[in-house]
Amino acid sequence: MPAKGVSLQTTLAKETATAVELRGATRSFGPLEALAAVDLALAEGEIVAIVGPSGCGKSTLLELVAGLQEPDDGSVRAPASSYMPQKDLLLPWRDALGNAALALEAGGTPRREARRRAAPLFERFGLAGFERTPPWELSGGMRQRVAFLRTLLPGRPLLLLDEPFAALDSLTRAEMQSWLAEALDAEPRTTLLVTHDVEEALYLGDRVAVMSPRPGRVVAELEVPHPRARPRREAVTDPAFVGLKEQALEALGC
Amino acid sequence: MLRRVLPALGLLLLALGAWWWVASWDSVDDLLLASPSETWQALRDDRELLLDNTWVTLVEVLLGLAIAIAAAFLLAVAMHLVRPLRDAAYPLLVASQAVPIFVLAPIFVLAFDYGIGPKLALVALISFFPIAVALVDGLRSVDEDLLKLMRSLGASRPFRLVRVELPAALPSFFSGLRIGASVAVIGAVFGELAGADEGLGRLIFLGNNQLETPRVYAGVVILTVMAVGLFALVSLLERAAVPWRTKT
Repeated sequence: MPAKGVSLQTTLAKETATAVELRGATRSFGPLEALAAVDLALAEGEIVAIVGPSGCGKSTLLELVAGLQEPDDGSVRAPASSYMPQKDLLLPWRDALGNAALALEAGGTPRREARRRAAPLFERFGLAGFERTPPWELSGGMRQRVAFLRTLLPGRPLLLLDEPFAALDSLTRAEMQSWLAEALDAEPRTTLLVTHDVEEALYLGDRVAVMSPRPGRVVAELEVPHPRARPRREAVTDPAFVGLKEQALEALGC
Repeated sequence: MLRRVLPALGLLLLALGAWWWVASWDSVDDLLLASPSETWQALRDDRELLLDNTWVTLVEVLLGLAIAIAAAFLLAVAMHLVRPLRDAAYPLLVASQAVPIFVLAPIFVLAFDYGIGPKLALVALISFFPIAVALVDGLRSVDEDLLKLMRSLGASRPFRLVRVELPAALPSFFSGLRIGASVAVIGAVFGELAGADEGLGRLIFLGNNQLETPRVYAGVVILTVMAVGLFALVSLLERAAVPWRTKT
Protein backbone atom coordinates (compact mmCIF):
# COMPACT_ATOMS: atom_id res chain seq x y z
CA MET A 1 0.00 0.00 0.00
CA PRO A 2 1.22 3.49 -0.79
CA ALA A 3 1.54 5.97 2.03
CA LYS A 4 -2.02 7.01 1.45
CA GLY A 5 -3.03 8.25 4.86
CA VAL A 6 0.37 9.64 5.77
CA SER A 7 -0.23 13.16 4.63
CA LEU A 8 -2.93 13.45 2.03
CA GLN A 9 -2.82 16.96 0.67
CA THR A 10 -6.04 18.87 0.95
CA THR A 11 -7.47 20.29 -2.20
CA LEU A 12 -7.65 23.61 -0.41
CA ALA A 13 -3.89 23.93 -0.46
CA LYS A 14 -2.53 26.95 -2.25
CA GLU A 15 -0.82 26.70 -5.58
CA THR A 16 2.56 26.86 -4.01
CA ALA A 17 1.84 24.18 -1.41
CA THR A 18 4.44 21.49 -1.14
CA ALA A 19 3.09 18.19 -2.39
CA VAL A 20 6.13 16.00 -1.88
CA GLU A 21 9.00 16.51 0.46
CA LEU A 22 12.09 14.42 1.08
CA ARG A 23 14.43 15.47 3.84
CA GLY A 24 17.74 13.75 4.22
CA ALA A 25 16.17 10.55 2.90
CA THR A 26 18.72 7.74 3.09
CA ARG A 27 18.40 4.16 1.94
CA SER A 28 20.92 1.34 1.95
CA PHE A 29 20.74 -2.28 0.90
CA GLY A 30 23.19 -4.07 3.14
CA PRO A 31 26.59 -2.54 2.48
CA LEU A 32 25.30 -0.83 -0.64
CA GLU A 33 24.34 2.77 -0.04
CA ALA A 34 21.72 3.59 -2.70
CA LEU A 35 20.61 7.02 -1.55
CA ALA A 36 22.60 9.42 0.63
CA ALA A 37 20.56 12.13 2.28
CA VAL A 38 18.34 13.26 -0.58
CA ASP A 39 16.55 16.58 -0.20
CA LEU A 40 13.84 17.25 -2.72
CA ALA A 41 10.52 19.06 -2.75
CA LEU A 42 7.76 19.20 -5.32
CA ALA A 43 5.16 21.94 -5.37
CA GLU A 44 1.62 20.91 -6.13
CA GLY A 45 1.12 20.51 -9.87
CA GLU A 46 4.83 20.68 -10.55
CA ILE A 47 6.64 18.30 -12.89
CA VAL A 48 10.09 17.47 -11.60
CA ALA A 49 12.43 15.36 -13.66
CA ILE A 50 15.23 13.49 -11.96
CA VAL A 51 18.17 12.72 -14.17
CA GLY A 52 21.19 10.72 -13.19
CA PRO A 53 23.56 7.97 -14.26
CA SER A 54 22.57 4.30 -14.12
CA GLY A 55 22.51 2.94 -10.60
CA CYS A 56 22.28 6.31 -8.86
CA GLY A 57 19.30 5.17 -6.87
CA LYS A 58 16.63 6.87 -8.97
CA SER A 59 14.30 3.92 -8.82
CA THR A 60 14.86 3.60 -5.07
CA LEU A 61 13.93 7.24 -4.73
CA LEU A 62 10.67 6.65 -6.57
CA GLU A 63 9.87 3.62 -4.45
CA LEU A 64 10.40 5.69 -1.32
CA VAL A 65 7.97 8.31 -2.58
CA ALA A 66 5.53 5.58 -3.64
CA GLY A 67 5.66 4.14 -0.15
CA LEU A 68 6.91 0.80 -1.48
CA GLN A 69 10.00 1.23 0.71
CA GLU A 70 10.79 3.09 3.91
CA PRO A 71 13.84 5.32 4.27
CA ASP A 72 16.52 4.17 6.72
CA ASP A 73 16.95 7.74 7.83
CA GLY A 74 15.35 11.10 7.10
CA SER A 75 11.75 11.62 6.12
CA VAL A 76 9.55 11.21 3.06
CA ARG A 77 6.22 12.92 2.84
CA ALA A 78 4.05 12.25 -0.20
CA PRO A 79 0.39 11.90 -1.11
CA ALA A 80 -1.12 8.78 -2.64
CA SER A 81 0.60 8.09 -5.93
CA SER A 82 0.42 5.84 -8.90
CA TYR A 83 3.49 4.42 -10.42
CA MET A 84 4.49 3.76 -14.03
CA PRO A 85 7.43 1.40 -14.43
CA GLN A 86 9.92 1.26 -17.29
CA LYS A 87 8.42 -1.93 -18.66
CA ASP A 88 4.80 -1.46 -19.70
CA LEU A 89 3.85 -4.67 -17.80
CA LEU A 90 0.61 -4.98 -19.73
CA LEU A 91 -1.21 -8.23 -19.06
CA PRO A 92 -1.37 -10.28 -22.27
CA TRP A 93 -4.70 -11.85 -21.33
CA ARG A 94 -6.42 -8.47 -21.20
CA ASP A 95 -7.16 -6.19 -24.11
CA ALA A 96 -5.84 -2.61 -24.12
CA LEU A 97 -8.91 -1.17 -22.41
CA GLY A 98 -8.86 -3.93 -19.82
CA ASN A 99 -5.25 -3.14 -19.05
CA ALA A 100 -5.93 0.54 -18.59
CA ALA A 101 -8.88 -0.33 -16.38
CA LEU A 102 -6.78 -2.67 -14.25
CA ALA A 103 -5.69 0.07 -11.88
CA LEU A 104 -9.29 0.95 -11.11
CA GLU A 105 -10.24 -2.70 -10.66
CA ALA A 106 -7.32 -3.19 -8.29
CA GLY A 107 -8.82 -0.39 -6.21
CA GLY A 108 -12.15 -2.20 -6.03
CA THR A 109 -14.08 -0.78 -9.00
CA PRO A 110 -16.13 -3.49 -10.73
CA ARG A 111 -14.77 -4.58 -14.09
CA ARG A 112 -17.54 -3.18 -16.28
CA GLU A 113 -17.54 0.17 -14.51
CA ALA A 114 -13.73 0.38 -14.72
CA ARG A 115 -13.83 -0.23 -18.47
CA ARG A 116 -16.57 2.35 -18.89
CA ARG A 117 -14.49 4.96 -17.11
CA ALA A 118 -11.32 4.12 -19.05
CA ALA A 119 -13.00 4.36 -22.46
CA PRO A 120 -13.19 8.18 -22.79
CA LEU A 121 -9.44 8.44 -22.13
CA PHE A 122 -8.80 6.22 -25.12
CA GLU A 123 -10.66 8.74 -27.24
CA ARG A 124 -8.75 11.66 -25.81
CA PHE A 125 -5.26 10.21 -25.90
CA GLY A 126 -4.97 8.78 -29.39
CA LEU A 127 -5.96 5.21 -28.65
CA ALA A 128 -9.49 5.21 -30.08
CA GLY A 129 -10.18 2.00 -31.98
CA PHE A 130 -7.57 0.01 -30.05
CA GLU A 131 -9.76 -0.75 -27.02
CA ARG A 132 -10.10 -4.44 -27.81
CA THR A 133 -6.61 -4.94 -29.22
CA PRO A 134 -4.45 -7.37 -27.26
CA PRO A 135 -1.15 -5.87 -26.04
CA TRP A 136 1.03 -7.97 -28.31
CA GLU A 137 -0.57 -6.35 -31.35
CA LEU A 138 0.21 -2.82 -30.11
CA SER A 139 3.39 -0.95 -31.00
CA GLY A 140 5.84 -0.07 -28.24
CA GLY A 141 4.60 3.52 -28.12
CA MET A 142 0.97 2.42 -27.95
CA ARG A 143 1.75 0.05 -25.12
CA GLN A 144 3.34 2.87 -23.13
CA ARG A 145 0.27 5.02 -23.74
CA VAL A 146 -1.94 2.30 -22.33
CA ALA A 147 0.44 1.93 -19.38
CA PHE A 148 0.27 5.68 -18.80
CA LEU A 149 -3.53 5.69 -18.86
CA ARG A 150 -3.47 2.84 -16.36
CA THR A 151 -1.33 5.09 -14.16
CA LEU A 152 -3.59 8.11 -14.66
CA LEU A 153 -6.95 6.41 -14.10
CA PRO A 154 -6.94 5.89 -10.33
CA GLY A 155 -6.93 9.67 -10.05
CA ARG A 156 -4.20 9.84 -7.45
CA PRO A 157 -2.67 13.28 -6.94
CA LEU A 158 0.90 12.20 -7.67
CA LEU A 159 2.32 10.42 -10.72
CA LEU A 160 5.64 8.58 -10.51
CA LEU A 161 7.14 7.77 -13.89
CA ASP A 162 10.17 5.51 -13.81
CA GLU A 163 12.06 5.86 -17.10
CA PRO A 164 8.81 5.31 -18.96
CA PHE A 165 10.29 5.51 -22.45
CA ALA A 166 13.71 3.95 -21.90
CA ALA A 167 12.77 0.79 -23.75
CA LEU A 168 11.60 2.61 -26.89
CA ASP A 169 13.60 3.48 -30.00
CA SER A 170 14.62 7.13 -30.19
CA LEU A 171 12.01 8.23 -32.77
CA THR A 172 9.17 6.63 -30.86
CA ARG A 173 10.58 8.07 -27.66
CA ALA A 174 10.54 11.61 -29.10
CA GLU A 175 6.96 11.09 -30.23
CA MET A 176 5.98 9.77 -26.82
CA GLN A 177 7.60 12.71 -25.06
CA SER A 178 5.43 15.13 -27.04
CA TRP A 179 2.42 12.96 -26.33
CA LEU A 180 3.16 12.88 -22.60
CA ALA A 181 3.71 16.65 -22.50
CA GLU A 182 0.26 17.14 -24.02
CA ALA A 183 -1.32 14.51 -21.82
CA LEU A 184 0.05 16.15 -18.66
CA ASP A 185 -1.11 19.50 -19.97
CA ALA A 186 -4.62 18.12 -20.37
CA GLU A 187 -4.59 16.18 -17.08
CA PRO A 188 -2.28 18.17 -14.82
CA ARG A 189 -0.78 16.24 -11.92
CA THR A 190 2.15 16.58 -9.63
CA THR A 191 4.66 14.41 -11.42
CA LEU A 192 8.01 12.95 -10.54
CA LEU A 193 9.74 11.67 -13.66
CA VAL A 194 12.91 9.64 -13.48
CA THR A 195 15.01 9.43 -16.62
CA HIS A 196 18.59 9.06 -17.80
CA ASP A 197 17.86 11.23 -20.83
CA VAL A 198 18.78 14.88 -20.17
CA GLU A 199 16.77 16.13 -23.13
CA GLU A 200 13.69 14.26 -21.95
CA ALA A 201 14.12 15.71 -18.47
CA LEU A 202 14.42 19.28 -19.73
CA TYR A 203 11.61 18.96 -22.24
CA LEU A 204 9.08 17.48 -19.82
CA GLY A 205 10.10 18.95 -16.47
CA ASP A 206 9.38 22.31 -14.90
CA ARG A 207 12.49 21.62 -12.90
CA VAL A 208 15.31 19.13 -13.28
CA ALA A 209 17.13 17.58 -10.35
CA VAL A 210 20.51 16.11 -11.23
CA MET A 211 21.68 13.16 -9.17
CA SER A 212 25.20 11.95 -8.51
CA PRO A 213 26.40 8.37 -9.01
CA ARG A 214 25.89 6.04 -6.07
CA PRO A 215 25.35 6.88 -3.32
CA GLY A 216 22.79 9.09 -5.02
CA ARG A 217 22.15 12.64 -3.90
CA VAL A 218 20.77 15.70 -5.63
CA VAL A 219 23.78 17.67 -6.82
CA ALA A 220 22.07 20.34 -8.92
CA GLU A 221 18.60 21.70 -9.55
CA LEU A 222 17.77 23.52 -12.76
CA GLU A 223 14.65 25.61 -13.29
CA VAL A 224 13.27 25.17 -16.78
CA PRO A 225 11.71 28.48 -17.83
CA HIS A 226 10.11 27.40 -21.10
CA PRO A 227 6.37 26.80 -21.29
CA ARG A 228 5.00 23.28 -21.16
CA ALA A 229 3.77 21.21 -24.07
CA ARG A 230 5.33 23.22 -26.81
CA PRO A 231 6.45 21.47 -29.98
CA ARG A 232 9.38 19.26 -29.10
CA ARG A 233 11.61 20.21 -32.02
CA GLU A 234 11.15 23.87 -31.30
CA ALA A 235 11.88 23.29 -27.62
CA VAL A 236 15.02 21.23 -27.91
CA THR A 237 16.68 23.48 -30.47
CA ASP A 238 16.04 26.66 -28.48
CA PRO A 239 19.42 28.19 -27.42
CA ALA A 240 18.18 28.56 -23.84
CA PHE A 241 17.31 24.86 -23.83
CA VAL A 242 20.72 23.97 -25.22
CA GLY A 243 22.34 26.10 -22.51
CA LEU A 244 20.41 24.24 -19.80
CA LYS A 245 21.38 20.95 -21.36
CA GLU A 246 25.04 21.96 -21.10
CA GLN A 247 24.59 22.82 -17.46
CA ALA A 248 22.87 19.52 -16.74
CA LEU A 249 25.51 17.51 -18.57
CA GLU A 250 28.19 19.35 -16.65
CA ALA A 251 26.49 18.59 -13.35
CA LEU A 252 26.33 14.94 -14.44
CA GLY A 253 30.03 15.05 -15.17
CA CYS A 254 29.60 14.13 -18.80
CA MET B 1 0.99 -27.40 -40.83
CA LEU B 2 1.87 -30.08 -43.40
CA ARG B 3 5.52 -29.17 -43.10
CA ARG B 4 5.39 -29.91 -39.38
CA VAL B 5 3.37 -33.10 -39.70
CA LEU B 6 5.46 -34.66 -42.47
CA PRO B 7 8.63 -35.35 -40.42
CA ALA B 8 6.58 -37.01 -37.67
CA LEU B 9 4.75 -39.08 -40.25
CA GLY B 10 8.01 -40.05 -41.90
CA LEU B 11 9.53 -41.23 -38.63
CA LEU B 12 6.37 -43.17 -37.82
CA LEU B 13 6.54 -44.97 -41.17
CA LEU B 14 10.21 -45.69 -40.58
CA ALA B 15 9.43 -47.22 -37.17
CA LEU B 16 6.60 -49.27 -38.71
CA GLY B 17 8.99 -50.50 -41.39
CA ALA B 18 11.54 -51.52 -38.78
CA TRP B 19 8.82 -53.33 -36.80
CA TRP B 20 7.72 -55.15 -39.93
CA TRP B 21 11.26 -56.15 -40.77
CA VAL B 22 12.13 -57.46 -37.31
CA ALA B 23 8.83 -59.35 -37.10
CA SER B 24 9.62 -61.10 -40.38
CA TRP B 25 12.82 -62.68 -39.02
CA ASP B 26 12.52 -66.42 -38.61
CA SER B 27 14.40 -66.30 -35.35
CA VAL B 28 11.73 -64.13 -33.73
CA ASP B 29 8.98 -66.10 -32.06
CA ASP B 30 5.48 -65.10 -33.19
CA LEU B 31 4.43 -65.22 -29.56
CA LEU B 32 6.91 -62.51 -28.71
CA LEU B 33 6.31 -60.15 -31.56
CA ALA B 34 3.25 -59.73 -33.72
CA SER B 35 3.82 -58.11 -37.08
CA PRO B 36 2.08 -54.83 -37.97
CA SER B 37 -0.27 -56.71 -40.30
CA GLU B 38 -1.22 -59.19 -37.57
CA THR B 39 -1.78 -56.30 -35.20
CA TRP B 40 -3.94 -54.55 -37.77
CA GLN B 41 -5.87 -57.76 -38.22
CA ALA B 42 -6.44 -57.94 -34.46
CA LEU B 43 -7.55 -54.31 -34.39
CA ARG B 44 -10.18 -55.12 -36.98
CA ASP B 45 -11.33 -58.54 -35.75
CA ASP B 46 -11.53 -57.57 -32.07
CA ARG B 47 -12.92 -54.14 -32.84
CA GLU B 48 -15.82 -54.23 -30.43
CA LEU B 49 -13.91 -55.84 -27.62
CA LEU B 50 -11.12 -53.27 -27.97
CA LEU B 51 -13.53 -50.35 -28.27
CA ASP B 52 -15.43 -51.30 -25.11
CA ASN B 53 -12.23 -51.64 -23.14
CA THR B 54 -10.73 -48.47 -24.62
CA TRP B 55 -13.76 -46.59 -23.39
CA VAL B 56 -13.29 -47.97 -19.87
CA THR B 57 -9.63 -46.94 -19.80
CA LEU B 58 -10.32 -43.55 -21.35
CA VAL B 59 -12.89 -42.77 -18.66
CA GLU B 60 -10.40 -43.78 -15.95
CA VAL B 61 -7.74 -41.56 -17.54
CA LEU B 62 -9.98 -38.51 -17.95
CA LEU B 63 -11.55 -38.72 -14.48
CA GLY B 64 -8.17 -39.40 -12.90
CA LEU B 65 -6.72 -36.40 -14.71
CA ALA B 66 -9.58 -34.23 -13.50
CA ILE B 67 -8.84 -35.30 -9.92
CA ALA B 68 -5.13 -34.64 -10.45
CA ILE B 69 -5.82 -31.16 -11.83
CA ALA B 70 -8.13 -30.25 -8.97
CA ALA B 71 -5.71 -31.56 -6.33
CA ALA B 72 -2.69 -29.93 -8.00
CA PHE B 73 -4.54 -26.63 -8.24
CA LEU B 74 -5.52 -26.62 -4.57
CA LEU B 75 -2.10 -27.66 -3.35
CA ALA B 76 -0.22 -25.28 -5.65
CA VAL B 77 -2.31 -22.28 -4.62
CA ALA B 78 -1.97 -23.18 -0.95
CA MET B 79 1.79 -23.62 -1.35
CA HIS B 80 1.98 -20.33 -3.20
CA LEU B 81 0.07 -18.41 -0.57
CA VAL B 82 1.72 -19.95 2.48
CA ARG B 83 5.48 -19.85 2.24
CA PRO B 84 6.20 -22.35 5.05
CA LEU B 85 3.79 -24.79 3.43
CA ARG B 86 5.73 -24.50 0.19
CA ASP B 87 9.01 -25.28 1.88
CA ALA B 88 7.42 -28.15 3.78
CA ALA B 89 5.41 -29.69 0.95
CA TYR B 90 7.88 -29.50 -1.91
CA PRO B 91 10.01 -32.47 -0.75
CA LEU B 92 6.85 -34.51 -0.16
CA LEU B 93 5.66 -33.63 -3.63
CA VAL B 94 8.87 -35.01 -5.08
CA ALA B 95 8.61 -38.06 -2.83
CA SER B 96 5.10 -38.79 -4.13
CA GLN B 97 6.64 -39.18 -7.54
CA ALA B 98 9.44 -41.44 -6.36
CA VAL B 99 7.09 -44.10 -4.95
CA PRO B 100 6.95 -46.84 -7.61
CA ILE B 101 3.43 -47.00 -8.97
CA PHE B 102 4.07 -50.64 -9.76
CA VAL B 103 4.24 -51.37 -6.04
CA LEU B 104 1.34 -49.13 -5.10
CA ALA B 105 -1.11 -50.54 -7.63
CA PRO B 106 -1.82 -53.88 -5.87
CA ILE B 107 -2.02 -52.10 -2.51
CA PHE B 108 -4.55 -49.63 -3.86
CA VAL B 109 -6.60 -52.45 -5.34
CA LEU B 110 -6.53 -54.22 -1.96
CA ALA B 111 -7.42 -51.04 -0.12
CA PHE B 112 -10.28 -50.10 -2.39
CA ASP B 113 -11.75 -52.80 -4.58
CA TYR B 114 -11.82 -54.04 -8.14
CA GLY B 115 -13.77 -51.02 -9.31
CA ILE B 116 -12.72 -47.71 -10.77
CA GLY B 117 -11.45 -46.29 -7.43
CA PRO B 118 -7.86 -47.57 -7.44
CA LYS B 119 -7.46 -46.74 -11.14
CA LEU B 120 -8.48 -43.14 -10.55
CA ALA B 121 -6.15 -42.94 -7.57
CA LEU B 122 -3.22 -44.21 -9.61
CA VAL B 123 -3.90 -41.98 -12.60
CA ALA B 124 -4.26 -39.00 -10.29
CA LEU B 125 -1.09 -39.87 -8.39
CA ILE B 126 1.06 -40.26 -11.48
CA SER B 127 -0.14 -37.13 -13.27
CA PHE B 128 -0.49 -34.97 -10.18
CA PHE B 129 3.22 -34.29 -9.79
CA PRO B 130 4.06 -32.66 -13.13
CA ILE B 131 0.92 -30.52 -12.97
CA ALA B 132 1.46 -29.38 -9.38
CA VAL B 133 5.15 -28.56 -9.86
CA ALA B 134 4.44 -26.63 -13.06
CA LEU B 135 1.67 -24.66 -11.35
CA VAL B 136 3.79 -23.81 -8.31
CA ASP B 137 6.60 -22.60 -10.55
CA GLY B 138 4.17 -20.73 -12.81
CA LEU B 139 2.60 -18.88 -9.90
CA ARG B 140 6.06 -17.78 -8.80
CA SER B 141 7.13 -16.75 -12.28
CA VAL B 142 5.25 -13.44 -12.27
CA ASP B 143 7.45 -10.44 -12.99
CA GLU B 144 8.61 -8.90 -9.71
CA ASP B 145 7.95 -5.40 -11.09
CA LEU B 146 4.40 -6.36 -12.00
CA LEU B 147 3.73 -7.42 -8.42
CA LYS B 148 5.24 -4.18 -7.19
CA LEU B 149 2.96 -2.29 -9.54
CA MET B 150 -0.05 -4.22 -8.27
CA ARG B 151 0.87 -3.44 -4.66
CA SER B 152 1.28 0.25 -5.51
CA LEU B 153 -2.21 0.16 -7.02
CA GLY B 154 -3.53 -1.18 -3.75
CA ALA B 155 -4.50 -4.58 -5.18
CA SER B 156 -5.61 -7.07 -2.54
CA ARG B 157 -4.01 -10.51 -2.23
CA PRO B 158 -7.02 -12.29 -3.77
CA PHE B 159 -7.03 -9.79 -6.65
CA ARG B 160 -3.35 -10.39 -7.34
CA LEU B 161 -3.88 -14.14 -7.23
CA VAL B 162 -6.96 -14.30 -9.44
CA ARG B 163 -6.28 -11.48 -11.89
CA VAL B 164 -2.52 -11.66 -12.19
CA GLU B 165 -0.79 -14.74 -10.84
CA LEU B 166 -3.19 -17.46 -11.96
CA PRO B 167 -3.49 -16.20 -15.55
CA ALA B 168 0.27 -15.74 -15.64
CA ALA B 169 0.69 -19.35 -14.50
CA LEU B 170 -1.47 -20.71 -17.34
CA PRO B 171 1.40 -21.41 -19.77
CA SER B 172 3.29 -23.36 -17.08
CA PHE B 173 0.11 -25.18 -16.11
CA PHE B 174 -0.39 -26.39 -19.66
CA SER B 175 3.22 -27.55 -19.90
CA GLY B 176 2.64 -29.63 -16.77
CA LEU B 177 -0.72 -30.86 -18.01
CA ARG B 178 0.79 -32.04 -21.29
CA ILE B 179 3.20 -34.26 -19.37
CA GLY B 180 0.55 -35.29 -16.86
CA ALA B 181 -1.89 -36.27 -19.62
CA SER B 182 0.64 -38.42 -21.44
CA VAL B 183 1.67 -40.35 -18.32
CA ALA B 184 -1.92 -40.69 -17.06
CA VAL B 185 -2.41 -43.67 -19.36
CA ILE B 186 0.38 -45.54 -17.54
CA GLY B 187 -1.43 -45.09 -14.23
CA ALA B 188 -4.65 -46.54 -15.62
CA VAL B 189 -2.88 -49.56 -17.09
CA PHE B 190 -1.06 -50.35 -13.85
CA GLY B 191 -4.32 -50.08 -11.98
CA GLU B 192 -5.96 -52.52 -14.35
CA LEU B 193 -3.04 -54.94 -14.30
CA ALA B 194 -3.25 -55.15 -10.53
CA GLY B 195 -6.85 -56.21 -10.69
CA ALA B 196 -9.77 -55.31 -12.91
CA ASP B 197 -12.62 -56.82 -14.88
CA GLU B 198 -12.20 -54.60 -17.89
CA GLY B 199 -9.99 -52.00 -19.54
CA LEU B 200 -7.13 -52.09 -22.01
CA GLY B 201 -4.60 -52.99 -19.32
CA ARG B 202 -6.74 -55.95 -18.32
CA LEU B 203 -7.14 -56.94 -21.96
CA ILE B 204 -3.38 -56.85 -22.52
CA PHE B 205 -2.81 -58.91 -19.39
CA LEU B 206 -5.31 -61.55 -20.51
CA GLY B 207 -3.99 -61.50 -24.06
CA ASN B 208 -0.54 -62.28 -22.70
CA ASN B 209 -1.80 -65.23 -20.72
CA GLN B 210 -3.89 -66.56 -23.59
CA LEU B 211 -0.98 -66.18 -26.04
CA GLU B 212 -3.05 -63.73 -28.13
CA THR B 213 0.01 -61.72 -29.04
CA PRO B 214 -1.58 -59.66 -31.85
CA ARG B 215 -4.33 -58.55 -29.49
CA VAL B 216 -1.70 -57.46 -26.94
CA TYR B 217 -0.03 -55.34 -29.58
CA ALA B 218 -3.36 -53.93 -30.70
CA GLY B 219 -4.01 -52.84 -27.12
CA VAL B 220 -0.60 -51.21 -26.88
CA VAL B 221 -1.18 -49.35 -30.14
CA ILE B 222 -4.47 -47.98 -28.82
CA LEU B 223 -2.83 -46.90 -25.56
CA THR B 224 -0.15 -45.07 -27.52
CA VAL B 225 -2.70 -43.35 -29.71
CA MET B 226 -4.63 -42.38 -26.58
CA ALA B 227 -1.54 -40.76 -25.00
CA VAL B 228 -0.67 -38.88 -28.19
CA GLY B 229 -4.30 -37.82 -28.58
CA LEU B 230 -4.42 -36.47 -25.03
CA PHE B 231 -1.18 -34.59 -25.61
CA ALA B 232 -2.60 -33.05 -28.78
CA LEU B 233 -5.86 -32.19 -27.05
CA VAL B 234 -4.02 -30.35 -24.28
CA SER B 235 -1.98 -28.48 -26.89
CA LEU B 236 -5.19 -27.41 -28.61
CA LEU B 237 -6.72 -26.27 -25.33
CA GLU B 238 -3.55 -24.35 -24.58
CA ARG B 239 -3.72 -22.51 -27.89
CA ALA B 240 -7.26 -21.45 -27.12
CA ALA B 241 -6.56 -20.47 -23.50
CA VAL B 242 -3.12 -18.91 -23.89
CA PRO B 243 -3.10 -17.17 -27.27
CA TRP B 244 -0.32 -14.86 -26.14
CA ARG B 245 2.17 -17.63 -25.56
CA THR B 246 3.40 -17.68 -29.13
CA LYS B 247 3.01 -13.94 -29.56
CA THR B 248 5.14 -12.53 -26.80
